[in-house]
Amino acid sequence: MRDASALVLLVAGAAFVGAGTVGLFRFPDVLSRLHALAKADNLGFGLIVAGLVVRADSPATAVKLVLIWLLVLLASTTSAYLIAHRALHRDGGA
Amino acid sequence: MDVALQIVALFLLVNLSVGLVRVLLGPTSEDRMVATLLFGTTGVALILVLADLQDSAPVRDVALVFVVLAALATIAFGTRGPSRG
Repeated sequence: MRDASALVLLVAGAAFVGAGTVGLFRFPDVLSRLHALAKADNLGFGLIVAGLVVRADSPATAVKLVLIWLLVLLASTTSAYLIAHRALHRDGGA
Repeated sequence: MDVALQIVALFLLVNLSVGLVRVLLGPTSEDRMVATLLFGTTGVALILVLADLQDSAPVRDVALVFVVLAALATIAFGTRGPSRG
């Protein structure tokens, strides 16, 4: 039961990461590509971490995984905003 | 279950490599900075899945370092001067 739910979460996470990569290639603009990464990839990462938390062998490991997920959320939000800010103002105007 | 984890890890690695092609192609420098986002999410996911495959706790600390490095790299890039292409 635990393995089955972990498998479903991992596969769903991998599917979202795949969708993010497809978006990275097919979107026409750097800002839309940032959308694909910051949203689809992060959702896939969250689902993969959820699957690993279900499989975790101790509460300490589960807490560590959740903290890594929070840090990735913060880091990718900041990164996406900074890159988008650069892309928007690169010629001196929006 | 190990086989499923290995397939997920391989799929994440393929996604990472394909994303690096976009980093090569991307016309602007912001397209290339997208690599930090890629490694920060997909790369960390790959490392965490490998940590679970090997039952190795220090590998999770490696994932932590990856996240912090990705954030630092993007902050260093984002607070530079005006973009020159």
